[in-house]
Amino acid sequence: MTRIKDLASVCKSKNAGPFDLTIDVIFGSDELFERVAATGILSAALFAKLYNVDESEVLFMPYPPARAFKATLPRLIPAGAFGDSDVYGAQQHGPILEVEIPD
Amino acid sequence: MNTRDNTKPKEARLLAVTSILGYGFPELALKIGMEADPHMIGADAGSTDPGPYYLGAGKAFCSRLSIKRDTRLMLLAAVPRGIPVLISTCGGAGGEPHLQFMAELVREIAREEKLDFKLALIHAEQDPAFLKKQLAAGKVKSASRRPPLTVEQIDGATRIVGLMGPEPFERALENGAQVILAGRATDPSIWAAGVARAGLPPEMGWYAGKMLECGAEPAAPKRDGCLLARVYQDYIDLEPTNPEQSCTRLSVANFALHENPSAIHHYEPGGMLDTSACSFEQLTDRVVRVRGMKWVPSAVYTVKMEGVKHVGYRAIAMCATRDPVLIKGIDDYLVRVRAIVDEKTRNFGVPEGGYQLAIRCYGLNGVMGEREPVKTTSAHELSFILEVLAPTQEVANAVVAISRTTILHADFPGRLCKEGNMGIPFSPADVEMGASYEFSVYHIVDAEDPYHLFPIEYADVKGRT
Repeated sequence: MTRIKDLASVCKSKNAGPFDLTIDVIFGSDELFERVAATGILSAALFAKLYNVDESEVLFMPYPPARAFKATLPRLIPAGAFGDSDVYGAQQHGPILEVEIPD
Repeated sequence: MNTRDNTKPKEARLLAVTSILGYGFPELALKIGMEADPHMIGADAGSTDPGPYYLGAGKAFCSRLSIKRDTRLMLLAAVPRGIPVLISTCGGAGGEPHLQFMAELVREIAREEKLDFKLALIHAEQDPAFLKKQLAAGKVKSASRRPPLTVEQIDGATRIVGLMGPEPFERALENGAQVILAGRATDPSIWAAGVARAGLPPEMGWYAGKMLECGAEPAAPKRDGCLLARVYQDYIDLEPTNPEQSCTRLSVANFALHENPSAIHHYEPGGMLDTSACSFEQLTDRVVRVRGMKWVPSAVYTVKMEGVKHVGYRAIAMCATRDPVLIKGIDDYLVRVRAIVDEKTRNFGVPEGGYQLAIRCYGLNGVMGEREPVKTTSAHELSFILEVLAPTQEVANAVVAISRTTILHADFPGRLCKEGNMGIPFSPADVEMGASYEFSVYHIVDAEDPYHLFPIEYADVKGRT
């Protein structure tokens, strides 16, 4: 098993507007992208579980031209509202880094 | 523009000087970019990313000094050569005070540098009456799962801006404006306008705009710099002008996913950019060619509206503990702190529910809050930010002061540090944050046409006299 943090070239989060968070995982080669895609581990269900939202609220898609997977899901608190701790949404990628992909 | 010469393929050369006006760029990158003889230069100056405060308060999130530096270099590079300068979402949020801030700053630079030019100001702040009319006619949709818009939300908003498309910019260019300052616009709009003016298809303009909206972000390594897009009938070539940077397949692909809910469908005023069939080709070691984008026009011309409402006043305080006994029992301690704060605030007249207190605990879950999967900490110190929101500044200040005193001095089981539980880094300890805002309006409105919501005002700026 190898963790995403040791496989991916990019793993990042950011606001997609004030109410949504978008998380991108990008791989460095078509081969690696295909290998990860074939496992089916990166999925709407995984993001729903890790970010504690209903699966129906996760927009998930592989994007082969960029060798990327993208997931967009609701923020818990709108950007900059009372109690928010990440106005830009830039540090919400951590749970994905630890996801294990079979070798 | 000289791109209507039929003997050559149509080409638009667009130079984005920086990711956000005021973030800075090396002068060398601008100089090299200008050597490519761009048809326009520009910068997007804003975003919703810094949060609701700036739109509500009418303030910029970059400093006047840094914005003036970037703007001065742009005007000096382009105006004497007759190259248009376009700046969108002025002042960071694109409301009327933000636009006036930039207009005043540009006039000041014109006087200092003795520059003459035709200036266009494109306004983006919206009339509540039009929104109410469209709401009553059923011509408003929610974005991002927002509840349906209400008249109360429209009336309760401190400020509402519409995100303009490229059409008002195209009109200002047609009318000879050399410097165009605009309120809120969608990030790619200025670039889509430049490409449309060159007679090239909309999908090329929108895609180029998607790449140019953050300056040299589609290049690597991460540096401040400018990005040059050469746009043709079927493809776009992207090249950073900072010699330290290159566009690579990875750097461009990375940026193609930036800040958008979908990887393939990008909704814009007047249609949707479909990037599902895009391909990225490494043309040289520094240039990436992108092709395969499509534009799907929409039946109705819509404009997204962003508005914020005032929700009270805030005050914050910071502190940190280095006590291992307290760290071990921190969850229980914070519950106890809240109970004491509740009692003491009632004692000095704050009604129940008359404030909100958030305690962010860094070292435990300060960044991710409830979404933090790591539930225990092995840190030897923890830091805290106390945030209070209340209906008046006086109450916010009072509650944060008693919260800070309580977290410093309250008892806990096994307490050895009898003089205080927290290191407090500053005197004064508390920070008044002023008015607080939340995003309220985030809705898509049938605009009827691309122009009437965004009036254009022209002026001849004469810095030489």
